[in-house]
Amino acid sequence: MNLDSKIPAGPLNEKWSKHKFNLKLVNPANKRKYDVIVVGTGLAGASAAASLGELGYNVKAFCFQDSPRRAHSIAAQGGINAAKNYQNDGDSIYRLFYDTIKGGDYRAREGNVHRLAEVSVNIIDQCVAQGVPFAREYGGLLSNRSFGGAQVSRTFYARGQTGQQLLLGAYSALNRQISNGKVKMYNRTEMLDVVVVDGKARGIITRDLVTGKIEAHAAHAVLLCTGGYGNVFYLSTNAKGSNVTAAWRAHKKGALFGNPCFTQIHPTCIPVSGDHQSKLTLMSESLRNDGRVWVPKTAIKGLKAADAVRIPETDRDYFLERRYPSFGNLVPRDVASRNAKYVCDEGRGVGTTGLAVFLDFSDAIKRDGRHVIEAKYGNLFDMYRQITGDNPYEVPMMIYPAVHYTMGGLWVDYNLMTTVPGLYALGEANFSDHGANRLGASALMQGLADGYFIIPYTIGDYLAGMSWEKMSTDRAEFKEAITNVQQRVGKMLQIKGAKTVDQLHRELGLTMWEYCGMSRSESGLLTAKKKIQELKTEFWSNVNILGSANELNQELEKAGRVADFIELGELMVDDALNRSESCGGHFREESQTPDGEALRKDDQYAYVAAWEYKGENQPEELHKENLVFENVKLTQRSYK
Amino acid sequence: MKWFIDLLTSSLGRKLLMALSGLFLIVFLAVHLAGNLQLLKHDGGESFNLYARFMTSNPLIKTVSYVNYFLILLHIFIAAFLTRKNKSARGPVGYEVTNKSSRWASRNMGILGTIVLIFLVIHMRDFWAQMHWGDQVQMISYDGTAQVKDLYAHVYMWFHKGWYVALYVVCMGFLAFHLLHGFTSAFQTLGLNHAKYNPVINFVGRAFAILVPAAFALIPLSIYLNS
Amino acid sequence: MKITVKVWRQANSQAKGGFKTYQLDHVSTDMSFLEMFDVLNAQLIRKGEDPIAFDHDCREGICGMCSMVINGRPHGPLQTTTCQLHMRTFKDGDTITVEPWRANAFPVLKDLVVDRTAFDRIQQSGGYVSVNTGGVPDANEIPIPKKVADEAFDAATCIGCGACVAACKNASAMLFVGAKVSQYALLPQGKPERKERAERMVAQMDAEGFGACTNTRACEAECPKGIKITNIARLNREYLGAVFTSYEVETGGGGE
Repeated sequence: MNLDSKIPAGPLNEKWSKHKFNLKLVNPANKRKYDVIVVGTGLAGASAAASLGELGYNVKAFCFQDSPRRAHSIAAQGGINAAKNYQNDGDSIYRLFYDTIKGGDYRAREGNVHRLAEVSVNIIDQCVAQGVPFAREYGGLLSNRSFGGAQVSRTFYARGQTGQQLLLGAYSALNRQISNGKVKMYNRTEMLDVVVVDGKARGIITRDLVTGKIEAHAAHAVLLCTGGYGNVFYLSTNAKGSNVTAAWRAHKKGALFGNPCFTQIHPTCIPVSGDHQSKLTLMSESLRNDGRVWVPKTAIKGLKAADAVRIPETDRDYFLERRYPSFGNLVPRDVASRNAKYVCDEGRGVGTTGLAVFLDFSDAIKRDGRHVIEAKYGNLFDMYRQITGDNPYEVPMMIYPAVHYTMGGLWVDYNLMTTVPGLYALGEANFSDHGANRLGASALMQGLADGYFIIPYTIGDYLAGMSWEKMSTDRAEFKEAITNVQQRVGKMLQIKGAKTVDQLHRELGLTMWEYCGMSRSESGLLTAKKKIQELKTEFWSNVNILGSANELNQELEKAGRVADFIELGELMVDDALNRSESCGGHFREESQTPDGEALRKDDQYAYVAAWEYKGENQPEELHKENLVFENVKLTQRSYK
Repeated sequence: MKWFIDLLTSSLGRKLLMALSGLFLIVFLAVHLAGNLQLLKHDGGESFNLYARFMTSNPLIKTVSYVNYFLILLHIFIAAFLTRKNKSARGPVGYEVTNKSSRWASRNMGILGTIVLIFLVIHMRDFWAQMHWGDQVQMISYDGTAQVKDLYAHVYMWFHKGWYVALYVVCMGFLAFHLLHGFTSAFQTLGLNHAKYNPVINFVGRAFAILVPAAFALIPLSIYLNS
Repeated sequence: MKITVKVWRQANSQAKGGFKTYQLDHVSTDMSFLEMFDVLNAQLIRKGEDPIAFDHDCREGICGMCSMVINGRPHGPLQTTTCQLHMRTFKDGDTITVEPWRANAFPVLKDLVVDRTAFDRIQQSGGYVSVNTGGVPDANEIPIPKKVADEAFDAATCIGCGACVAACKNASAMLFVGAKVSQYALLPQGKPERKERAERMVAQMDAEGFGACTNTRACEAECPKGIKITNIARLNREYLGAVFTSYEVETGGGGE
């Protein structure tokens, strides 16, 4: 298979405008003859469905939640980057491009990332026009902040709820198209397969989560905007429902999966409190601006936050400040996470589980006064107190890293099309723009860029080349797909084993976290592969799902998702095994510098690893898309 | 005209009518109280009876009183209608445990209103109807005036009965609670909610709801205690 | 600690429901309320009993999907979402009654799961600014006073969970509608359509069968996002202003 990224030739800053001109157009009168399916209604899905509806296409949009407004984009806190340079501090499209490429540890395409930086400015305009209430200065103009260690203030925000406000903006645009009759919305409906006819994606199979009805939907193109797969780890900051099923089904129907092992682990999450833990809560990264991270110099079992205040300064190890004197507590996410893991592995972790480090604000409160800290972080402190019962004004917070975002995803070309013609992937569901590590406030930017400003152009090029004749869902391909889905559901329900779906999911998560989490080694990954294969066998012989397929059955929903996570988990392990270098969120213990820092190997691994499904229990085939850097010089990161 | 019908059939339009009629009735209460206070004058009922005659004969006042009767009926009618709609909005099954996160009066305006209505019926039967058509009210003449109905004596007759005074006072208590919510609620329904003026509205509302029924209640009490 | 939960069970929208009581013997105070339900469900599955269906997704208090009336209060005793409520709020030996949102406009689908698409339909009737993608002015073209932007944000922070409806004795959706109408009424971008928006959203709200607001303020007391009833007053103002002044410009003239 030849992986053609379709990156246009020419100077970097002209690629997108030239490409837009070269794309074929669909006559305005003909747009209404084409049907497009959009799966997922987060930032990418809602913005795509709305924009395509506005252009005149007939859109069918699907979400598994009870309303499109609930998609997990809503939980993004920090902000959205845009190269507006409103602050006159030296920002530019090129700088945003450069920062994103560098932040991604040189594992993303120059062409894609530059386009992302270009359209970032339009996103802010669009959102403001929709009535998104961004934070403003007293003069009435938009406010910006510096985020995630960026040298410029380019992050737009709406208090700590930027994702919510942007999603509600996209949701409002979607609602307008629903009311205009251009988008038909299917709530509480989950996609369970892609239908490929004559090599092209022509529809999907869905399950109505209330009635259990399995249905086929035909269209001329299918857009997967289904988010990331962080829940493969069971515990993550993702929503409970976030899943890989749509992407994984597409993968099995021929779409290549790009860089599956690239996972972002966020250092400042509230630690696990016990076996009952069902999800992890992220605390804004901004806390590290004033909080100091430490553990005791010598291990103290089960150290509580209330007792920590009595530990003298000399017995504390501020390990980030010690190891990285110039960046200190503000080292990038992956470095902070990994170091927290190391001290916990040494047994110096704190709290009842020993899997936590302190984030201490006592010095900041002494220096600036409580009211200053309260003004900056009041809502975060309240949230922390609500969840843990500890008061962070008096005792140090406890934090631990948690899975937050997956840079990997379906491989797409410059047009966001997967290797299956007519099947697109947008937002976190694709692999494209963040390389091996995503910068803070860039996820929202990418989701909206894909949906508002890229797919409306690129989809026309594909549709213009095909007949608008509608396809009947009576065709054999649809019928077969329906039968397959029904059989799979039936098979799961018949097992009636001894373990609950959550139990198996938790086991998968533990394996992934242990061996394919913050730090990965060959031997560990091989162990993980074996364990995952065993888990797969156990799932299909020992899962217990009660109830029937023809009702609202939440266990059944979860089971289908976990079955796919198990298969994906194995692919992630394969990908991590293959990539014997450390880059971004991927740290291979075999590949480090003498002082224990990540060692990237550009001569061997400057490529996108795209995996092709070869059949049940067959090893997947690796295809490499070499990354060409014409504009930036590759350098090793250093935060010493 | 469709827009007007839409307004009157919308929940907000009906709320508007509730608020406007409520506010009118609040003004009426104030006027009514001003009249009643003359019961306490020690002039043998002259000013009260002359006032009563004026109120039942002046054409302008008469018109306003018809508006008043109409608005009372409207207030009751819409309240009944909205209450029915609001009850059915809960759906076929109610809560096992109900929440108490609002003020008691605000949750029970229907009951309070009904009690006030019952009081109103008794009150109008004994005074208003007697004044207009009854034979219990005697005629009286003051120096230089024609004969007027001696409503004053009639009122005193009733207010010398302990049980009647007690009923009156208790009902004024219910009216107070009705007003306590109704006064500020009317402003909220009209959209008159503003950080600068809310304290004033709330203060006046609370003062009105307490002072006016209290003053109403004090009149029979003092008459009874002085008898 | 030991907890007894009395939960509404209903097989589907047609079935007649009823309460069932369950016992949990090992509840950690650090558990969230929903995690307590996870544990209960695992217990039920082991016994071969149908687990309790309940809506939840983000479990960090922002998606608005979780929806339980706990001891008579939407989202329980604290002013937060169900997912952010922790078991340390309760005492050992407590009996907790859990019911679904109750409203005609929110029919029960199963157990504690209700259908809130009525909210979506209200939003579709006018909860947007009619701008297409692209061709919009620069974001800083129209300055918006900080206080106005903040107030719009405070309204826009609504998560659409429906606790206001569940709390209201009239199952009124005024706080929800008021929040959306307020957000757009405050911002210059929403001004061109503000009259039609208020009229259309109120009409849809009424058509869905929500009750009328009687200003009890229960919604404000229970809203997990602290949406204020000033938004309801603004909705009243916007609606009444619109009804009496909309259509001031005749449409249909002008030709091509």
